Amino acid sequence: MLKSREDLQNLRALYKARLDRQKVKILICAGTACVANGSLKLYDTFMKLIKEKGINCVVDLEHEPEGDPIGVKKSGCHGFCEMGPLVRIEPKGYLYVKVKPEDCEEILEASVVGDTCVERLTYHKGNESHKHQESIPFYKLQKRVVLEHCGQIDATSIGEYIAKDGYTALEKALFDMTPEEVLREVEISNLRGRGGGGFPTARKWSQVKRQKAKDKYIVCNGDEGDPGAFMDRSVMESDPHKMLEGMILAAYVCGAKQGYIYVRAEYPLAVKRLGIAIEQARELGILGDHILGTDLCFDIKISRGAGAFVCGEGSALTASIAGKRGMPRVKPPRTVEHGLYNSPTVLNNVETYANVPAIVLNGGQWFRSIGPENSPGTKAFALTGNIVNTGLIEVAMGTTLREIIYDIGGGMREGAEFKAVQIGGPSGGCLTKEHLDLPLDFDNLKKVGAMIGSGGLVVMDEHTCMVEVARFFMSFTQNESCGKCVPCREGTKRMLEILERIVAGNGQPGDVELLEELAETISATALCGLGKSAALPVLSTIKYFRDEYEAHINDKVCPTKNCQKLRKIYIDPALCKGCSKCARNCPAGAITGQIKSPFVIDSAKCVKCGACVSACAFHAVKED
Amino acid sequence: MESVCDVIQLDKILEKYQYDPGSIIAILQDTQEVYHYLPRCVFPYYSSKLGISEAQIFSIATFYENFSLEPKGKYVIKVCDGTACHVRKSMAILEQLRSELGLSPSKKTTDDLLFTVETVSCLGACGLAPTLTVNDKVMGMMSPDKVKELLTGLKEGTIDA
Repeated sequence: MLKSREDLQNLRALYKARLDRQKVKILICAGTACVANGSLKLYDTFMKLIKEKGINCVVDLEHEPEGDPIGVKKSGCHGFCEMGPLVRIEPKGYLYVKVKPEDCEEILEASVVGDTCVERLTYHKGNESHKHQESIPFYKLQKRVVLEHCGQIDATSIGEYIAKDGYTALEKALFDMTPEEVLREVEISNLRGRGGGGFPTARKWSQVKRQKAKDKYIVCNGDEGDPGAFMDRSVMESDPHKMLEGMILAAYVCGAKQGYIYVRAEYPLAVKRLGIAIEQARELGILGDHILGTDLCFDIKISRGAGAFVCGEGSALTASIAGKRGMPRVKPPRTVEHGLYNSPTVLNNVETYANVPAIVLNGGQWFRSIGPENSPGTKAFALTGNIVNTGLIEVAMGTTLREIIYDIGGGMREGAEFKAVQIGGPSGGCLTKEHLDLPLDFDNLKKVGAMIGSGGLVVMDEHTCMVEVARFFMSFTQNESCGKCVPCREGTKRMLEILERIVAGNGQPGDVELLEELAETISATALCGLGKSAALPVLSTIKYFRDEYEAHINDKVCPTKNCQKLRKIYIDPALCKGCSKCARNCPAGAITGQIKSPFVIDSAKCVKCGACVSACAFHAVKED
Repeated sequence: MESVCDVIQLDKILEKYQYDPGSIIAILQDTQEVYHYLPRCVFPYYSSKLGISEAQIFSIATFYENFSLEPKGKYVIKVCDGTACHVRKSMAILEQLRSELGLSPSKKTTDDLLFTVETVSCLGACGLAPTLTVNDKVMGMMSPDKVKELLTGLKEGTIDA
């Protein structure tokens, strides 16, 4: 139990010394993606081999090591999920990609016992091979503040976090600064909410701070529901203490005693790691009564979501924590006044809290020096879709889309052409070629009808049908609409029906205009953010790809040949041998003919499933 | 139906949350972990013990997607249909699973209670798209062909989940 500043400093010195004594560290990525790719097996293999070979080694920091130990650790997400499982050897900084259990022995012999790099396991691009993580273009162009520890430390060890100067910001705040001074630094930094809205964090905190209520709450929104986004999951899994430190600092500023972290049930690993982190912090006296011997009393509970996207909305989230149906309510009063249990509540997203320790430690001016004036700092993005390097990235705000997609992301898959990127999930919009050089920040995106959202970047190539993408998002929002307000409940349903009939080839003239009218009405009248932004993906695809909508409606053609119902399948009589295989495979009985003479498809009966296309051995069944 | 509920088990869950009606979501989550669904009998029981109406508990159980009022299979397969998986053709995987198991959007569980097939919005494992989970274990880079292997593996016990 730490009872004073000296206690913490002594402990930090101890942990630092222990960490320094580890001459070689093997960091195995244990993020969700790498675990699914078998990284835990690598951990077991390394442990087994080390034991067999009698190499002196420590598994964690708890045991006092002797001699020249080797640390084998499960680290948080390195971000380069595409290339997983990833293994990093410190301090040489070798990064091995797509490692298999049979590679472990070679790695041990070469890089741990010896001093050489296993070339064949390094990242290759073209003719170049990259031994070190830092030289890989994917990493080189990133600026990591929130994710600085991801992949570098053991996520389940508070000791490593402390050794890496963790909780130094808390120490500085508690012993050298008043709550007002901490708030002032956050204000100077101009940190804006990373959950999507971009509301200034300091303003939110000061609104809660100035209220006289007895109970105040600090709530962290870890309900990262946007499909295609996983930044918050990675922070919670890889560096949970950073976020806890941010929340404790918020409690110090606002005078709150209780905090909640609301996490999606779909993130079991994050729930587990946060639970471990909270327990460790309590044991050391960093959470609980009289934190580090001061008057600050603050504790944190985890509240697991139960699968409702709308719970990412402030008032729905607080209702859900209180054990009610997660439905938004009319605002004002806002969450800062009537939040959780009707008390003043600070509600910020995971990434926002994770930014705070560095701001308090380095000062608001330092933070402001990164990125543009009105949206300073960095932003983490989940880069996914038809792109070469999928994964988790963090770049300075104001980085252009071109840099992200081509330099960090490595360009499009299979040499396809870039078409659009969907930013901000179901509440965002799409950006096209004309936006490739647009610096990404809150205000610039708003201007072009998109939003940063939580930071999902889904890259789409020329083979993607934008009408189908719009339908996909609408079906997601429709499914997740809580049903409380009519515009969202009924409006999204009507919009979905129209989109469904367009992709089915039954679009009618005037459908696009009707979609626009509905979108406008829903945006103007829906109760919460989910409803207000529900139509954005449709509006932005209409704006940039109106011709695709028109091709579906007027010509009954899907230009990218994605929409099944609009497929035109026919049999080339010159190639057909009359074997009848297609007819036997047809589920609708739409193909008829005489054996040994060309068969024909009755397009009225055809359900366009394509079973005949894959069944034909002579490539006689063709698609227009 | 009533006989499904083990009162001792339910009491244990209630005690863990100190009979707090505000923890009803967590209580139902723990209950579902035991039964893999919410048996009908838990509603009147929790209602009497927590002092909130059955309708209120039912309203929560039906609002949140993770709760199920019907028994689920031994293996619950959730196909991710998040954006990243969707653009990498996750629907073909879902179709393949359904046709292999004779399921449909309205029939989610096989009659032998071995498999349940559902969709999930996003697992946050987009780097591995398309993905699915079998009882919360993430399997990435799926394809319709791998689905067949997966089902056989699960049936024969060569793949554990």
